[in-house]
Amino acid sequence: MMILESLRRRPAHGYALVQHIQQRSNNLLQVEEGSLYPALQRLLKAKLVKAEWGVSSTNRRVRTYQITANGLRHLEQQISSFERMFEGITLVLNPGSPTVG
Amino acid sequence: MDWKPNLFRRRKLYDDLSEEIRLHIEERAEQLMSEGLSPEQARRDARLAFGNRTLVEELSREVWQWPTLESLWADVRFAMRQLRRSRGFTFTAIATLALAIGANAVVFSVLNVFVLQPLDVPASQSLYALQHADAASGYISYPNYLDLRRRNHSFDGLVAYNALMVGFDAGDNPSNEWGEDASSNYFDALGIKPYLGHFFHLSDEHGSNSVPCIVLTYSFWHTRFQDDRSVVGHVVRLNGHPFTVIGVGPPGFHGTLMFFDPAFFVPMVERPLLAGTDLSARGDDSVFESMGHLKPGVTPARAIADLNSIGADLQRTYPKDVSKLTFALARPSLYGDYLGRPVRAFMAGLMLLTGLILLAACANLGSLFAARAADRAREVALRLALGASRTRILRGLFTEALLISLAGCIVGLLGSVVLLRALSAWHPIPTFPIHLEVNPDAKVYAVAVFLALISGILFGAVPVRQVLRTNPYEVVKGGAGANTGRKLNAREVLLVVQIAICAVLVTSSLVAVRGLVRSLHAHFGFDISNTMLAEADLSTAGYSGERVPAMQKRMIDALRALPGVESVGLSDALPLSVNGGDDQIVFADPVSDLRPSNAAGEVRTYRVSPDYFHAAGTTLLSGRIFVNHDDKNSPRVAIVNQEFARKLFGSTSSAIGGLYKLKDGTRIQVVGIAEDGKYDSLTEDPRPAMFFPILQSPSTSTILVVHTFPNSGNDAYLLSAAMRNVLQRLNAGLPITIEARDKPLDSTLFGPRIATIALGVLGMMGAMLSVTGIFGMAAYSVSKRLKEFGIRVALGAQRKDVLWAALGRAFRLLAIGSVAGLVLGLLATRVLAFIVYQATPRDPLVLAGVVLAMAFLGLAATWIPAQRALSVNPMILLRED
Repeated sequence: MMILESLRRRPAHGYALVQHIQQRSNNLLQVEEGSLYPALQRLLKAKLVKAEWGVSSTNRRVRTYQITANGLRHLEQQISSFERMFEGITLVLNPGSPTVG
Repeated sequence: MDWKPNLFRRRKLYDDLSEEIRLHIEERAEQLMSEGLSPEQARRDARLAFGNRTLVEELSREVWQWPTLESLWADVRFAMRQLRRSRGFTFTAIATLALAIGANAVVFSVLNVFVLQPLDVPASQSLYALQHADAASGYISYPNYLDLRRRNHSFDGLVAYNALMVGFDAGDNPSNEWGEDASSNYFDALGIKPYLGHFFHLSDEHGSNSVPCIVLTYSFWHTRFQDDRSVVGHVVRLNGHPFTVIGVGPPGFHGTLMFFDPAFFVPMVERPLLAGTDLSARGDDSVFESMGHLKPGVTPARAIADLNSIGADLQRTYPKDVSKLTFALARPSLYGDYLGRPVRAFMAGLMLLTGLILLAACANLGSLFAARAADRAREVALRLALGASRTRILRGLFTEALLISLAGCIVGLLGSVVLLRALSAWHPIPTFPIHLEVNPDAKVYAVAVFLALISGILFGAVPVRQVLRTNPYEVVKGGAGANTGRKLNAREVLLVVQIAICAVLVTSSLVAVRGLVRSLHAHFGFDISNTMLAEADLSTAGYSGERVPAMQKRMIDALRALPGVESVGLSDALPLSVNGGDDQIVFADPVSDLRPSNAAGEVRTYRVSPDYFHAAGTTLLSGRIFVNHDDKNSPRVAIVNQEFARKLFGSTSSAIGGLYKLKDGTRIQVVGIAEDGKYDSLTEDPRPAMFFPILQSPSTSTILVVHTFPNSGNDAYLLSAAMRNVLQRLNAGLPITIEARDKPLDSTLFGPRIATIALGVLGMMGAMLSVTGIFGMAAYSVSKRLKEFGIRVALGAQRKDVLWAALGRAFRLLAIGSVAGLVLGLLATRVLAFIVYQATPRDPLVLAGVVLAMAFLGLAATWIPAQRALSVNPMILLRED
């Protein structure tokens, strides 16, 4: 989900994605960089993203991933279901304060 | 699924991935370098940050695979490589398993054919054979059969048959052939359709000898007439009488008795003509077996009640001829329970034993696998340390196990197919057509594969705990620790059990073999050495009435004139052969109400010539032998055996001159007492027998017992040629069988021999498994403690001490197992004594044989490990780590 969200904002290659996610999470999510690739392959296979070899802004040969239409739809579903779950958890944890009308 | 393009794109996908990851690490390293790290340090940190690159690549690739199938294939390839590297191990494992699975396949396919499969006729589920409720046999008389057929309300047509041998003459060379005389509704009621021509029907029948026609079985038509279709309509001669061939049965149909392979079928109403039977006699059991399909909705219990009420009525109506007539229903294929029960029990026992052998094989392979896993502990540890998951490693081990078990299964099946083919072509009794069609079918293959998978999983599971417990760090650091606990572990208990089973098998097969050998040299109430037989049935060449005794006399005289012949006797039946004689009921003289329930007992009856006792070597204990005056014009006399005398007259001395009665009221005087003998089987209890002069009760069945002078230098082959020659000069059209006296014993010894062979083969396999088991254990413990032995040798230990340290444990286990097995085996042979004559475990030769055999096994199994233990070179060993 995080990968898709990152790619929705802007197509990127693997290394850039890792940097992006680490920065966005204020380095709270410290994962092995390698674990990104199996996930990327899964997205690639499910046709949620597509990849192209190209040259980056720093003039490196990179494989850039781009979110597809399918990917966008999937991401929206995911986010909405995640939000519902999050909302549920919040309600359970703070039963007194109605957050949503 | 768009898997097709995937398949071709896969290479590119993987390359892209590797390239991408490489670039990723490079980029990270550059980034780090720009932050001021040295190139070395940067590359190292980049790799660390990335994590396990191999694992990541593998996981990423897995996304594109059919995960199970492809990693399975990879496992298989890896396992193959592993197995190829240790050929000895692979070969031992496959051979062990092939033996065990092959044995199971053979036994199961015999079991499958004889016990599990129903008879090959339409709707065989509802087909039941009648057997007596009080005895496991199905003999009834023809009139009783007709009454049962007409009056029962439970069966859709009750059929009956008996077997008979006739002289079969199709115009070329006459031969003796076995066939079935069947009730005329036989084929219609069983639902059998002809392959050629047509069958006989109930409507064709108009009393005795009204349907002179014959139906050939497919196999006989195939071998004797070479599939000649024009044979239908031809006339052949049976015992000299013309019969028209009206049809050929369907392929595979050989009557309804599993072991019997008849050549033809004739209507039962022709039996009087062919066998001289009086079908109208209600007291003569001329139907061998009767059977029928139960009507829909009729339970076996209701059918039995129905039959019993008819039986009770017949007994009331014909008290003189019909004794208690109650019925039970059984499956027809093995003659009800008569053969069915022993065959089922024997096969079940055999299946159990082979099952145990497979289990023992699994235990063996399990310990071999465990030893292998221990040897490979370092490799496993290394792979674990490099990030392989334990499941992956276990899967590899299981793949090896399953590969081995499947290979063993294939080899074992091939072997069993060869064996079963040979068994199917086997004719154990030359004068009688035995049908043993035991070729394996799909069910057998399925069972074998199933067993292979089960055993693969079983022995593959043995090292699981070991692998799961492996701590890679410890192993890599310290080498596989030598774990020499003193406690008996599960594997060793298994080994002891296995050795015990092996010892049981060795003991019982030795006992059986000894029993067989001894029974061949025992005295059966007749002599089998220096004796030849000429067997013929004069009715097969058309002899009847007065011509029979005249011809028999000429045959005796002709044979006696041969050089080297001491005496020639004649009998209508032969103890311990297929034609072992018939039984008659007799009455004590005072009894006047001659109904079966008042009988003194059933007595084996032989009709013999005066010289028979001398020629057969049956000792006359008192009284006189027959003379030629004991003919139709003189009072009826008999020679009886001791058991008869004891039973009817109380003692042998009071029997001479005593009188008794036959069923028809004839009074017989006892003139001599002969020794007891064995008549049906070697294990039977003494039973009464009586001998009549053949001139007083004629029979066309002619068995000439030719006793030659001992040491006359007579070659059996030359003698039999001479015998055939003189007999054929008397009548060339009479089919004659000539054989040595011990040949017919083959049929009697068939059961014991089969039992002995089976036990012997199983014993051998058990022994081989024990050898591999002990070998595995000894080799394992030697290889684990090699370093220790090296130190011992370096410190000055004697060879003897090293040997004992290495193999003492194996020998102790062997001793425990052998003693346990010996005791169990001796107990088990009590059971064996019922099958094999004189099978006694209290035999020093057997005991010594078992001890020797087990010691030899131990020696054979520990030889190689012992050599290895003795040849340790401490320097090399200690340098290794």
